[in-house]
Amino acid sequence: MTTHTTAPVSTPRPAARPAGRRRKRSALRGRGAQGWLYAMPTAVFVGLFFIVPILLVVQMSVSDWPLLAGNRGPNFPENFQDVVANKYFWPSIVFTLKYTVIATVLLLGLGLGMALLVQESTRWKGFLRTAFLVPSALGLASASLLFYALYSPQSGPISPFLEKLGLVDEPISFLGTPTAALWSTVFLIVWRFAGFYMLLLLVGLQNIPGEVYEAARIDGAKPFQIFRSITLPLLRPSLMLCTIMCVTGSLLAFDQFYILTKGGPDNSTITVVQLIYNMAFQGQNDLGRAAALSILVLLALIVINALQFRGMRQTDEK
Amino acid sequence: MSTTRKSIRAVRPLAALLTVGMLATSLAACSPADDTDSGSGGDTAASDSPEGVDDGTQLTLWTRAPMEKQATLLVDAYNASHENQVSLTITPNDDYVAKVGAAAGSGSLPDLFAADIVYVPNWTSQGLFTDITDRIDGLPYADELAQGHIDAGTYEDQEYVLPFVLDLSVMFYNKDLYREAGLDPEKPPTTLKEYGEHAKAISALGKDGVSGTYFGGNCGGCTLFTWFPSVWAGGDQVLSADGTESLLASDTAKDVYAVYKDMVDSGAIGTGTKDETGATWTGPFQEGKVGVMPYPATLLSTAAETVDVGVAPIPGPDGGESTFVGGDGIGISKDSKNEAAAWNFLSWLTSEDAQVEVLAKNNDVVSRADLADNKYAAVDPRLVTINEVAAKGSTPVAINFQQAFNAPDSPWLTLVRGAVFGDAKNIDADNDEITAVLDQ
Repeated sequence: MTTHTTAPVSTPRPAARPAGRRRKRSALRGRGAQGWLYAMPTAVFVGLFFIVPILLVVQMSVSDWPLLAGNRGPNFPENFQDVVANKYFWPSIVFTLKYTVIATVLLLGLGLGMALLVQESTRWKGFLRTAFLVPSALGLASASLLFYALYSPQSGPISPFLEKLGLVDEPISFLGTPTAALWSTVFLIVWRFAGFYMLLLLVGLQNIPGEVYEAARIDGAKPFQIFRSITLPLLRPSLMLCTIMCVTGSLLAFDQFYILTKGGPDNSTITVVQLIYNMAFQGQNDLGRAAALSILVLLALIVINALQFRGMRQTDEK
Repeated sequence: MSTTRKSIRAVRPLAALLTVGMLATSLAACSPADDTDSGSGGDTAASDSPEGVDDGTQLTLWTRAPMEKQATLLVDAYNASHENQVSLTITPNDDYVAKVGAAAGSGSLPDLFAADIVYVPNWTSQGLFTDITDRIDGLPYADELAQGHIDAGTYEDQEYVLPFVLDLSVMFYNKDLYREAGLDPEKPPTTLKEYGEHAKAISALGKDGVSGTYFGGNCGGCTLFTWFPSVWAGGDQVLSADGTESLLASDTAKDVYAVYKDMVDSGAIGTGTKDETGATWTGPFQEGKVGVMPYPATLLSTAAETVDVGVAPIPGPDGGESTFVGGDGIGISKDSKNEAAAWNFLSWLTSEDAQVEVLAKNNDVVSRADLADNKYAAVDPRLVTINEVAAKGSTPVAINFQQAFNAPDSPWLTLVRGAVFGDAKNIDADNDEITAVLDQ
């Protein structure tokens, strides 16, 4: 019935429709163009400071490009072959992965513990929060220099202090053996970053509604059961964020190792970025090879982050 | 409606592709730098006076931190007596290569810059310096200049570099500690083995914080500077003549390592020696905490402020004497637009005014053999010793020197640490690694 009444009305429509569509299209194009204009400054910055440098690094990685002499023309795939054949390539990857695992586990574990502590203790909350966050005020390089002085066998105060207390018999060499150097650096990183991750996890904790806890307590759940079955699952997004940040940051660790150990002792603490730096400025002086290794690191990071994001999405869907 | 949405959806990836394409082509436009062969022609030598031009030009000079005192004195003296004015920039040793590399890549090197003499062969071959062969030959005292430095800066028979500040390695000893240990303060060690004995005697004093000796146990540059002379004094070479083979597993070299290993095993070395990356290797002696150690001669005036310093040439395992003629060479950069004015500074630098009245006055070694016997040197017998041993020293030349010896992950450092802190069983294999790097 309605079709009959609309049929005569529908005939003028085909003529009106293109005009209407044109109006809509131009209106949309106007808005679209405006949107592009608003986005243009950011796009220029992203292009200039992000895309162009990456393209330059790609160009470097396929060219013979010594530090001092400049671009000498393409030489693909020599740079990549030289990088993989470098005697510190695989050791640095292994060490970086080992360090990443240790740092992530410790930072997230301690961060979560400190967040729970700060959340539970009402009296000391302000003081604890400040105390845990103060190390974040130092830049990483400054913190590394501070610890370099603390660990110094000639002028560091820690070893003589421990000797005086009678806890150790002879001076401790914090950076003298591969294991000691690794754990001394991990200690520095934990000191510097645990507060930051505590803050992130604290925000996540505070987003869990109190009613859920009440309900669980009414049901007679024990504290550990509450933690495992309610806190952790509801904290998953924050934990995922912290994991991604921690893993990416640790894979790119450079400052602390450059200042504390310079890759020593005996080349046992060379991370991948330290190797890039060494190739570029310490001896080989070859920007092409350093760029090739940078591209490999970039690809690895993309893959790892993609996997992490997928893991995050899966748990969300759950 | 669906077509507009489709068109926008189609436009987005197309726009992204276009942006990337535009950026890529703009990059291709600023592509390979022109092929500069090493050293632009020095064709202006004939037109200016042999001393260059002094017309009030502002010149820039870069040098590295170990040479700070001498560089500052030289620049101040030049600025006070010339129209040209030089502005000096000092950079920490570890950052110098990166800074020069960045400037070289962007064509913004300063007018003049100094380089560690062991890096000079590499930098010269890569075209960082201007050819000054004719200008050097025009100097009346060209033959008297430190030949090791000139050779290091010679590439394909063209000369690019003059000696800036010579730094020799000599044995410094603390006369007070010698007296306390019952050693004669006027009888420094004449063989390396005697040096080991003296170090152990001072360590036996048991004074708090005081050690017999000290060295940069994690520093390739420090150890080559102080140990190579012992090999030369023992009659052997450290590198082949063309700089592609390492001879550091010879019997003389192994004797040298054995002396240091003996000192390490008997506890005569200071705490922190094993971890010393070179940042503070000269510190403990100046604090009076070290008995005897090979040391840079340029720090004589600084060390003498706090310690009663005695100086002796570095001996070989069983005698002889030699030194590492190191320090910096200086040249005019490829990017300089003031070549004649920059040459004015260089010609003044090698003149008697600068060599004697600035360098020798500061208790430093001169770069000219004919000025070695100057009035300041004669006053201080320690300077006479240093100047005399300068003639017996050497400067090793190799294109891949930095990667083989100075880099933090160099094979030389692995050899040193294995021979002195380890079991000394891997010296031959480590030496082959050095050759592999030199030979690249």
